[in-house]
Amino acid sequence: MKTVLFSILLFLMPMFGSFALAAEVNLYSARQEALIKPLLDRFTEQTGIQVNLVSAKDDTLIKRLESEGRNSPADLLLTADAGRLHRASELGLLAPVESTVLEQRIPANYRDPEGHWFGLSLRARPILYARDRVDPEALSTYADLTDPRWKGRICIRSSDNIYNQSLVAARIATHGEADTEAWARGLVANFARPPRGGDRDQIKAVAAGQCDIAIANTYYLAAMLNDDQESERASAERLAVFWPDQDGSGVHVNVSGIGLTTAARNREQALRLMEFLVSDEAQRWYADSNHEYPVVEGVEASDTLKAWGTFKPDGINLSELGRYNADALRLMDRVGWR
Amino acid sequence: MTNSLARPFRLPSPWRAGVILTALVLALPVLTVFGFVFQPAGEVWRHLADTVLKDYVLNSALLLLGVGLGTLFGGVASAWLCSMCQFPGRRMFEWALLLPMAMPAYIIAYTYTGMLDFAGPVQTGLRDLFGWSYGDYWFPEIRSLGGAIVMLSLVLYPYVYLLARAAFLEQSICVLEVGRTLRAGPWTGFFRIALPLARPAVIAGLSLALMEALADYGTVQYFGVATFTTGIFRTWFGLGDAAAAAQLAALMMSFVFILIVLERWSRRQARYHHTSGRYRHLPRYQLRGWRAVAAFGLCLLPLLFGFLLPAGQLLVWAVATAEKTLDAEFLRLVWHSLGLAGAAAVLAVLLGLFMAYGKRLRGSYGVAVAVRIAGMGYAVPGTVIAVGVLIPFAWIDNRIDAWMRASFDISTGLLLSGTLVALLFAYTVRFLAVSLQTVEAGLGKIKPSMDDAARSLGLPPNQVLTRIHMPIMRGSLLTALLLVFVDVLKELPATLILRPFNFNTLAVRAFELASDERLAESATAALAIVLVGIIPVILLSRSITRARPGHE
Repeated sequence: MKTVLFSILLFLMPMFGSFALAAEVNLYSARQEALIKPLLDRFTEQTGIQVNLVSAKDDTLIKRLESEGRNSPADLLLTADAGRLHRASELGLLAPVESTVLEQRIPANYRDPEGHWFGLSLRARPILYARDRVDPEALSTYADLTDPRWKGRICIRSSDNIYNQSLVAARIATHGEADTEAWARGLVANFARPPRGGDRDQIKAVAAGQCDIAIANTYYLAAMLNDDQESERASAERLAVFWPDQDGSGVHVNVSGIGLTTAARNREQALRLMEFLVSDEAQRWYADSNHEYPVVEGVEASDTLKAWGTFKPDGINLSELGRYNADALRLMDRVGWR
Repeated sequence: MTNSLARPFRLPSPWRAGVILTALVLALPVLTVFGFVFQPAGEVWRHLADTVLKDYVLNSALLLLGVGLGTLFGGVASAWLCSMCQFPGRRMFEWALLLPMAMPAYIIAYTYTGMLDFAGPVQTGLRDLFGWSYGDYWFPEIRSLGGAIVMLSLVLYPYVYLLARAAFLEQSICVLEVGRTLRAGPWTGFFRIALPLARPAVIAGLSLALMEALADYGTVQYFGVATFTTGIFRTWFGLGDAAAAAQLAALMMSFVFILIVLERWSRRQARYHHTSGRYRHLPRYQLRGWRAVAAFGLCLLPLLFGFLLPAGQLLVWAVATAEKTLDAEFLRLVWHSLGLAGAAAVLAVLLGLFMAYGKRLRGSYGVAVAVRIAGMGYAVPGTVIAVGVLIPFAWIDNRIDAWMRASFDISTGLLLSGTLVALLFAYTVRFLAVSLQTVEAGLGKIKPSMDDAARSLGLPPNQVLTRIHMPIMRGSLLTALLLVFVDVLKELPATLILRPFNFNTLAVRAFELASDERLAESATAALAIVLVGIIPVILLSRSITRARPGHE
């Protein structure tokens, strides 16, 4: 009986199973295909290692990884948010990696202390303001945005969004929950409209005059400034970037990052891909095509980003974002940040 | 149809056993998720009840009410006009009214937002024209609950239209003629005879539309409307509480369940099949003058806003970005989408037919419940279904692997997880309700005496199905095929999570670009979904007209 079953399974396996071919690495990516594929193609070109890709939302990829368990075909998990990597690592899905290349090139606060995940590109979430209606002298900190003089002037997207969840989580990590709740309450009171749309929509709303200030990731503004469409460029040009909290804790940042799965079978190839992603070439690509800040020091940002000057980023270890994510969400529910 | 002479201690018939077994397998994902219901989640519930639950309930209820009214009015009125009246443009509207079905809800939402948002061309144009600035004028806010109702109604009314039209066409003209001899005019004929007779079909279409509206995530999330679906996601992934999320899903489904039960109860003993076999060419009411204009306008409205305008905008964007987006890879996407949708449609209709006929044959309570449960997947958001597929599949795969390792020291890895089999299974679970409802509505209109006659002439049950029922309800079967096909074409969340490596579809491509706020670049893929969806829509719309009984 067992042998019959065995031979049937042996026959079926090539039809279903993901056989490890000579050199390949399997990647679950929360970064969508268009934003990562060119880089992966370049890697394949250089090393001959084939990269297989499934892209989906980070939470669902983590769920897939979790239920597939030790047989998961995925070698690497790539997400657009450090909080999610932390969660995957808490679930025991990520294996610690020791690599001098990764440790030397990536600053300590942008990677997991135990090597479960590594940041690949940096995303800043500062204050964007309308050039014609806001005097940058009047801006100072995120905390100042709760002042009544900003009433009805602030646009930001919904709390469903991970960038806002991480913004609040980072604040809880540095300022404590009570302080953050008061801050969020004040911010919500100054909203120009109920949160809706994405980051680009907030930028456009400022350009159109519906609000004077938006909190959004800089690469959206940079992408709009470099858009093929006139109207997008025109909207974006009406805004400028203000780096808040430069005398205090710094601008809120997040990373897109990567971790090796505990189920990984192509560890060696996976490690090569991780190291490739922090190479000068890959880092430059992040900067030039996506307008994200390179995580490796010494690699230049894109011209658009350079024009905005340098800034002091929030120095907390980004695992904190994952630690306080659920607290952040509850807090936003409580203050009515929809 | 039920065998009243059945002996007491009979073994379950293969039909009954088959139906119940299939239903159980198909209910597996929903049951998996609902398994979490029994885990305690007290503290999160207090948080939800204190803060956001009220919004979820209120918004979802209003959304259902709005979409219900919108699709009912749009669908039934246009179906009646197109099947029973004659006015200029009717032949075109007959199929054109189905076109919005090919439009995914999130795409139409993105498109209209691009056009009507504060920063969009319409409002900017108005401001430039009149020298207004923010606050000087009122403009409906597209990203609101009202906006979501309009968007969903525009793409979901074809479900009601399609089923109502099929029902009107399948109606024997005799009842209407009897009505006329009793002095029923066109309006009375519609409200008192045709509409009540078409009720099972209309309700089937309506409940599909409502379930789809309830399961919608893309539109409400983008519009910032907090409904059950967005709540389930927040709770499950944000708060990390699977139990509370499953309980929310259960609460949400009880909405649908109560609606269905209420409707069934209100029908009670009524039957809707025709007792006459006489069919003649339908003499349509000839509309002239303002009546013809009104009919034309009424049919044009949903077509214009549900299809022509958004598709036009997509076309403009697609042309502008064609260079970047059209390549060999794109053809692969089309091929993947077509193949998956076709396979899933055939699978879902075959299973739907099997279950609906099984229920007719052995209409026991158990079978009825099993069929109902198997059809529940439609009201559950795609992501929830996908996770419900993920967990048991991976569990089985890992079990087999563990056993093989223990017995033969060989690892089989994952056999089904991450393959197209898992994906097709998820589609079937999610869209079985579509084919089931349509097939049931079709079967319901066939007199039980047909079965009795066929059986008494010696046909076994399966041949009654293939030789009598299937030819009679060809229209309903084609409708079911079409509905599932188009639904799968548009399906996104399950495809995203369950698909194998290096495998993309048009919907995945369109969504990825749109969600990255690269609307113009997503237009090519979105338009391709619409175009690929249109071809079967037109073909099948014709077959439905031809499938009218008595039609030569």
